Amino acid sequence: MAASSDRNPPPFPTAEESEPGLCDMADADSDEGEDIFVSNSNPVSVSRGVSQPDRVSEEPSDLFSEEAASSTAAKANGVHSDDDNDLFADTNVELSTDKSSSSARKEPSGPRHASTFTPSPAAMQPTSLEQLEEEEAKDSFDVDVAVTNPEKIGDGMNAYVAYKVSTRTSLPMFRSKVFSVRRRFSDFLGLYEKLSVKQSLHGCIIPLPPEKSVVGMTKVKVGMDDPSSVEFVERRRAALERYLQRVVSHPSLLQDPDVREFLEREDLPRAVNTQALSGAGFLKMINKASDAVNKMTIKMNESDTWFEDKFQEVENEEQQLRKLHVVVDSLVIHRKELCGNTAVFAKSLAMLGNSEDNTALSRALSQLAEVEDKMEQLHQEQAASDFFIFAELLGDYIRLLGAVRGCFDQRMRAWQRWQEAQSTLQKKREAEAKLLWANKPDKLQQAKEEITEVTVAWEARVTQYERDFDRIGMTVRKEVLRFEKEKAKDFKSQIIKYLEAMLQSQQRLIKFWEAFLPEAKAIA
Amino acid sequence: MTSIDENSKEKLRSVSVDLNHDASLLIDIPDALCERDKVKFTVHTKTTLSSFQKPDFSVPRQHEDFIWLHDTLVETEDYAGLIIPPAPPKPDFDSPRDKMHKLGEGEATMTKEEYTKMKQELEAEYLAVFKKTVQVHEIFLQRLSSHPVLSKDRNFQIFLEYDQDLSVRRKNAKEMFGGFFKNMVKSADEVLISGVKEVDDFFEQEKTFLLDYYSKIKDSTAKAEKMTRAHKNIADDYIHISATLNSLAADDMTANKNLNIILSLQKVEGRVASDQDLKLTELLRYYMRDIQAAKDLLYRRARALADYENSNKALDKARLKSKDIPQAEEHQRQCLQKFDKLSESGKKELTSFKGRRVVAFRKNFIEMAELEIKHAKNSVALLQGCIELLKSN
Repeated sequence: MAASSDRNPPPFPTAEESEPGLCDMADADSDEGEDIFVSNSNPVSVSRGVSQPDRVSEEPSDLFSEEAASSTAAKANGVHSDDDNDLFADTNVELSTDKSSSSARKEPSGPRHASTFTPSPAAMQPTSLEQLEEEEAKDSFDVDVAVTNPEKIGDGMNAYVAYKVSTRTSLPMFRSKVFSVRRRFSDFLGLYEKLSVKQSLHGCIIPLPPEKSVVGMTKVKVGMDDPSSVEFVERRRAALERYLQRVVSHPSLLQDPDVREFLEREDLPRAVNTQALSGAGFLKMINKASDAVNKMTIKMNESDTWFEDKFQEVENEEQQLRKLHVVVDSLVIHRKELCGNTAVFAKSLAMLGNSEDNTALSRALSQLAEVEDKMEQLHQEQAASDFFIFAELLGDYIRLLGAVRGCFDQRMRAWQRWQEAQSTLQKKREAEAKLLWANKPDKLQQAKEEITEVTVAWEARVTQYERDFDRIGMTVRKEVLRFEKEKAKDFKSQIIKYLEAMLQSQQRLIKFWEAFLPEAKAIA
Repeated sequence: MTSIDENSKEKLRSVSVDLNHDASLLIDIPDALCERDKVKFTVHTKTTLSSFQKPDFSVPRQHEDFIWLHDTLVETEDYAGLIIPPAPPKPDFDSPRDKMHKLGEGEATMTKEEYTKMKQELEAEYLAVFKKTVQVHEIFLQRLSSHPVLSKDRNFQIFLEYDQDLSVRRKNAKEMFGGFFKNMVKSADEVLISGVKEVDDFFEQEKTFLLDYYSKIKDSTAKAEKMTRAHKNIADDYIHISATLNSLAADDMTANKNLNIILSLQKVEGRVASDQDLKLTELLRYYMRDIQAAKDLLYRRARALADYENSNKALDKARLKSKDIPQAEEHQRQCLQKFDKLSESGKKELTSFKGRRVVAFRKNFIEMAELEIKHAKNSVALLQGCIELLKSN
């Protein structure tokens, strides 16, 4: 999952530059490409799941070697490859890591703004080796989205914030290569709702949009200028961007027409029923599935402990992340306190410097006050980094882990359905047998036909549900492995970003104090 | 009186300048014991002066003994024209003690590593408070020993030498003076500042300056304390973060590396906090108290001036009534003498105080800047190493 929410934008190249590298691929893929883009995702995942039942268990080893190599060059792996791996690297991730150092330096104090995209290196300079690789691996996964330019529309309590959603892509399924639309928060929620209704039944992990906030929005409605509103809008913008990036980096979701519509269509019909999608609403949805599972009287007999073990792992991890999130929140608060205290201290020191009658000491005190002021700036930026990089990352993954749990529960529900169908079939068969045994010969034929119809229908249902269950199982497995890989990458890149920001900050700190030292020595 | 020896910087660990270099009377506190609420300091004296019975000796003293000594000095009329070094503040272990208590209560909710680390942090804090209080008591004695007049004080000698418990003597002293003078000085504020007309420009300036400076430095001290506390909180947060990462990262190599960096960052943050506390906050705190002592000198002088003016009025009255003129004249002469003496020594004291203050600020600012740079460079090296490691993985 790409998490490059604050890339500084060099202007991205015109379409011509990126075309030559990708044209070949598009042509080579055209046949398969069309199939994939035109049909909806369900058949694709089914076929993949069914045709490669063996591949799934072999994936773990691929994963780890994949992970080791992925940080070096930007590899574009095939989305729908038959041969290699089904794992998708989003080429944008590496780029964001590089850019973060420059963006950190250029950021003003406080929340970060503005992100548009930088071209993915695969598109820009395909080496011959990469090109070969890409051709072999079929389509490159080349979609960049960004959420920028929050704008308050309207006034008073009916006001809302509109965001610019920009897409840059080489995929032929979109109408153009570069386009943008304006969307509001409820549109994002609407997209989630549509996707979760369709996709979660198949065991997909649907990325989660940020939560609703009545308090935050009311403040914004009143006025967008005060720092807490600014921070709220920036936080939301960054979260929406991460959400969309996760959606488009998911191969099945990208195929979904709703996603395409969301990215492309000028006027989107307003999403209704988004009340259910408040923060509490998400939890409720996930827990509903869990409750259903818990109420199951028949315990599932897992032939393969993978699911049980993984589920336990996920639950544990969610716990730990929650704890960590609490502490990081505390860190943010304390750092903000330090900011405030430092600013106040700097002013006090300046007053003291004014009062001081020894000239050199007076100057040194004023200089020290200025240094402390600069320190406050540094602390402010560090607090933003703590929050936007670290805390938000944790928050995202806590909710995503909840969604992963939801997937497992969906699989259990599928199992349940299958079992219930089986027991119903059993009952029908018993009824059939009883009827055949008890009936008069003349009515027998008619009765037999009726019952057989029903039995056959239930037999079909049982087969269908069994197939559904297997399919979901395979999808869940694949999804979880993909999720873990993305998570590891995400965490790593975010931690690197966090540490780099801290490094910058410390280097500036050194400069400030080194500038002060001669002043201190000059006191006489 | 006092001077700095740049070459012996390693001895300079006090917020004031190096005081202990007059070999005729060397005092230090090499040892201290903490028993429950009481701290017992071992006061060690090395002297070549014949007024002492032995050349090298130690006595145990409590905080209250130091206060007794300070108060007797303040209440000695002869020293009215001197800046009496401020009394050391009472050792305050409340903060670490409360935290220890809270930690004990919350033990169940944390992992063993987290608990151990927090406990270590608290023990370090305890130790820091301990060191600070020893230092502050030591400086008090060293300022006395390096003062030409105060070092010869009889009570000072008793304090250093008397090998019995001082508490008996303390009680007697209290009865004798009744804290009278001290109370007078304390309430002198409003009356003397506004009432007395200052004839001497130097003192007029000093009065204005000291009053203003005192309120500013008091403010700065309080704000510096808050800043230091916030730093400490952040260092504590890092401990919790590293503990949680520990439980998350059982098998994950990357996370283990992150863990280490967080731990090291925490140590650095903690060190920054305590260095800032020592060099900046303590400096401000000490000079706040010292300026109060200087203000006390001004009050005493203002009081003497008031007395002199009153004696003038009394003399005039006596002359009018033609009664008790010689006594009135004598009284007036004495008041004038006292006032002049105070003014003369006061001027000297205040001038050298200024110099002392400037030098101390300089020293501490330089040290603070150097420490900040050192810690930041450490952090930079740590962070660079970790980033390298993560990127190359």
